[in-house]
Amino acid sequence: MKRKLPPIPVLLGVLAMIAVIAAAFMFRFASYFDESLSYKSPTRVVTEQAETPRQQALAEQVEAERQAALERPYEEAEYRAFPRIGSRVAIWVVAQLHLLFAAFVLAVPIFAVTIEFIGYRTGEKRYDRLAYEFTKLLSVSFSFTAALGAGLTFMLIIFYPKFTNYLMSVFSPTFLPYVLLFFAEAGFMYSYYYGWGKFSPKVHLFLGVMLNVVGTCIMLIANAWLTFMSTPSGIAESGALISTWDAINNYTWMPINIHRVIANIAYGGSIAGAYAAYQFLKAKTDEERAHFDWMGYMGNFVAICGLLPLPFAGYWLASEIYAFSQTMGLTMMGGAFSWLFIIQAVLIGNLFLFANWYLWLGMGRIKGAERYRSFIWPMLVVITICFAVWATPRSILSTTEEIQAMGGSSHPVLGYLGVMSAKNTAVNILILTTFLSFVLYRRSGKIPTVSWAKLGNRIQFLIFLAAASTVIGYGIAGYFVDAKTRIGFSVPQVGSVLLALVLVTLIDSFLLRGAATTETNWGKIRPISQYILILLAVTFTWIMGLMGYVRSGLRQHWHVYGVIRDTSVDAYTPTLGYATTVVSVTVLIFFALIGFIFFLAGLSGKKSFVAEPTPEPRGGDGTLEAGDSPSPTAMQV
Amino acid sequence: MNLLVISAILAAMVGMRFLKPSMLAWIAIWWLGMFAILEFGFAVPIPASVIKIYMGIITLSLIAYVLTDPERVEQVWNPIVAFTVEKRFQPLLVVVGLLIPCVVAWSIYADMTKSKQAPSFARTVHPAPPDQITVHDTDYPLGFADNPYRTLEASAPEEFAARVQAGRDVYYSNCLWCHGDVMAGEGMFAHALNPIPTSFEDPGTIAMLREAFLFWRIAKGAPGMPDEGGPWESAMPAWENFLSEEEMWNVILFLYDFTDYKPRAVELH
Ligand code: HEC
Ligand code: HEM
Repeated sequence: MKRKLPPIPVLLGVLAMIAVIAAAFMFRFASYFDESLSYKSPTRVVTEQAETPRQQALAEQVEAERQAALERPYEEAEYRAFPRIGSRVAIWVVAQLHLLFAAFVLAVPIFAVTIEFIGYRTGEKRYDRLAYEFTKLLSVSFSFTAALGAGLTFMLIIFYPKFTNYLMSVFSPTFLPYVLLFFAEAGFMYSYYYGWGKFSPKVHLFLGVMLNVVGTCIMLIANAWLTFMSTPSGIAESGALISTWDAINNYTWMPINIHRVIANIAYGGSIAGAYAAYQFLKAKTDEERAHFDWMGYMGNFVAICGLLPLPFAGYWLASEIYAFSQTMGLTMMGGAFSWLFIIQAVLIGNLFLFANWYLWLGMGRIKGAERYRSFIWPMLVVITICFAVWATPRSILSTTEEIQAMGGSSHPVLGYLGVMSAKNTAVNILILTTFLSFVLYRRSGKIPTVSWAKLGNRIQFLIFLAAASTVIGYGIAGYFVDAKTRIGFSVPQVGSVLLALVLVTLIDSFLLRGAATTETNWGKIRPISQYILILLAVTFTWIMGLMGYVRSGLRQHWHVYGVIRDTSVDAYTPTLGYATTVVSVTVLIFFALIGFIFFLAGLSGKKSFVAEPTPEPRGGDGTLEAGDSPSPTAMQV
Repeated sequence: MNLLVISAILAAMVGMRFLKPSMLAWIAIWWLGMFAILEFGFAVPIPASVIKIYMGIITLSLIAYVLTDPERVEQVWNPIVAFTVEKRFQPLLVVVGLLIPCVVAWSIYADMTKSKQAPSFARTVHPAPPDQITVHDTDYPLGFADNPYRTLEASAPEEFAARVQAGRDVYYSNCLWCHGDVMAGEGMFAHALNPIPTSFEDPGTIAMLREAFLFWRIAKGAPGMPDEGGPWESAMPAWENFLSEEEMWNVILFLYDFTDYKPRAVELH
């Protein structure tokens, strides 16, 4: 249909409007072009006016201020304030976010390379695919880590210039190597990621190993700075530097290095597991579900491998802090911070419970797992009891009436549960039980065919029993010896547990040789298990935030404990409620960011699934087949 | 522990087992049974804050117990669904519907009419000591100081025994009134005090402390505590006003000797 032309009046109207607007512009800006059009005051123009004394004084004042500004000597600012929340909280949040991403970026390559190696050795494609899938999460996280790190550095310089300067002077030789290592890390990281399948497997594995070596070195350097702040050494009382190496190798450097490497692995595994869970829940097809179920299982497996040795590393760290300063040790364990450890205990108990629960749910995907159903509830009872002991506070939060009834803030019965002997025992039994869950899980898909199967089972049972009795025996003996011996007892306790882990695994690997396998239906797991995986990741993140705060907060009003005082407005210990709120907000921000990364990683993974079949190869040789977690020994080859 | 009460509760739970309760009822029985043990099973009641932690853990475990097994989920879930949708339960449903606001109202009422208590103060029993104290003009760096007579235990046992004996005299002429004749914190004044005098038999006191820490506590008493230790609360006297340094180190030897505990050693790297 032909449009009718607009009637002439309308056109005229439009023209008139344009004209009016143009005229308005002309009048508005005419003065720029023609001086005579500019606005003039209607009154007589005064050209020469005598200055009043006031005006004179004002002019002199302005001049004096200008002069003073010119002559002002340069002063270093000690602190600058961040608006609203204050410098400390700002630094706290950014540092924690940086740490969370860094931990993830350091951890993923460790198990990605390990899994790739397993794939290389066994020739199973699905391991290689899984390693690649893990690595996919890296590249964006890597950029986030760097951005947050740069942000943290700038914020330190802006808000804590004097202190930052001091730290720079103590550690001046470490910064350039740090930057160089960072370059190398970027190089290895991207060549590892983009070079997947493009290099020969050996070269590619080498790249992955180097990625780990460099990453660990970076962490060691950064750990030196932050541990120095808590437990300084290598400096004079005035703070003057005596030896940089001593400053690096301070009391808590090694314990933190070890604790972090292990914790990072556990944490990285749990985040990767959460990614798999997220993809599982989103999945449309059975293939996808099978794949991501398996990936989540592997992530959880890595997380538990990391979780098991952590308590021991933690105790070592704590005893080093105690050795460095009784005051700091008491602040941590008996004083203001002891409540945070109750929260930590509850969270760690949760980790163990969740990890076991996930395994039990996982039995649902295996045919023949029904045999072991009746084992679950006793294990649950043991875990519950240990969890309760582990979370029993030493000095109890109580009302006046309750204190009077108890006669002091420690309870006559619970008092025995709140001390180290009981807690160490509880956590070791927790570790054993979790391991038992694993063994049963592995077992549920297998029927051993070797002739000595019965005997093997009995021996394994005895090993468990012996380890448990050792742990409990030392736990009870711990009440009758001095503190130092008692701390020493944790060594045979953990030792017997580790030995049991190794021996049982070893026997298992022979016992299950050539075992008949039943079917494992990857993807046939109840969705609740996936929410548990996500909960695990959240709990881990929260613990990291909490413990990072403990480490920093323990310094109280010191930047460098006992040497450089914090004289800023923030030099007070925040209330528990406030601190945990900051931690929670940080965790929320982290998950918002990591959610974005998951989303991106999900985009690039979309295609490959339609093309490729279920990752469910049949293995018959009893080494690593579907339904089998690679055994811990296999992981460590 | 109140073994009688605990065994009664456990016996009741075992008894219920024979009634073959449904899964839902069984979970409820466990929950209530555990709660009853924690609440009534101890001669000295467990503080509410700890009961909350324990019940939280137990609740979580029970949830895990139900959710690991699809059959149990059904057994728990079906009665709940049946209760809300089936006709025969309708009157009961109405009652429950009415009950919920009533319970809320009652709990608010109970909360508002609670008997008045002084605000509770979470006293830190073992606060961090100062880095250094001065007693009778001698400076003690608490991080490193050790009992000067401790080494005698190995080098000169007789002298050590004599010092323990001297410590015994100090204890029974000064500390007995509060800390008690067997060091269990039940001296004759103990019942009038809040907090009550420390029981040195408790594994959470001198057994995990260094001697320098005790020296600080004995010399400076309650007044020397930092704020989180509530210096205004405790009746522990500042013994530097009455005893010599030697007497205080001696009494510390005696405390460990009597209780058979060993002090935490000073660790120097
Ligand atoms: C008037 C009563 C009273 C007398 C007398 C008394 N104490 Fe105490 N003492 C207390 C109270 C109450 C506490 C617990 C509160 C506190 O920690 O201050 C305590 C705590 C202590 C502690 C701290 C234990 C810990 O775990 O931190 C030590 C050590 C101690 N007393 C030693 C002694 C010695 C040694 C004597 C005798 C020379 C003595 N007390 C005499 C009342 C007394
Ligand atoms: C089951 C036991 C434990 C688990 C699962 C655990 C877990 C963790 C995790 C995940 C982190 C974060 C690591 C990182 O930032 O890279 C961490 C840090 C820390 N943990 Fe533990 N931990 C345990 C025991 C302990 C114990 C007993 C202590 C005693 C003091 C302790 C002290 C610390 C400290 C101080 C940090 C902070 C390190 C830092 O961020 O610089 N941990 N822990």
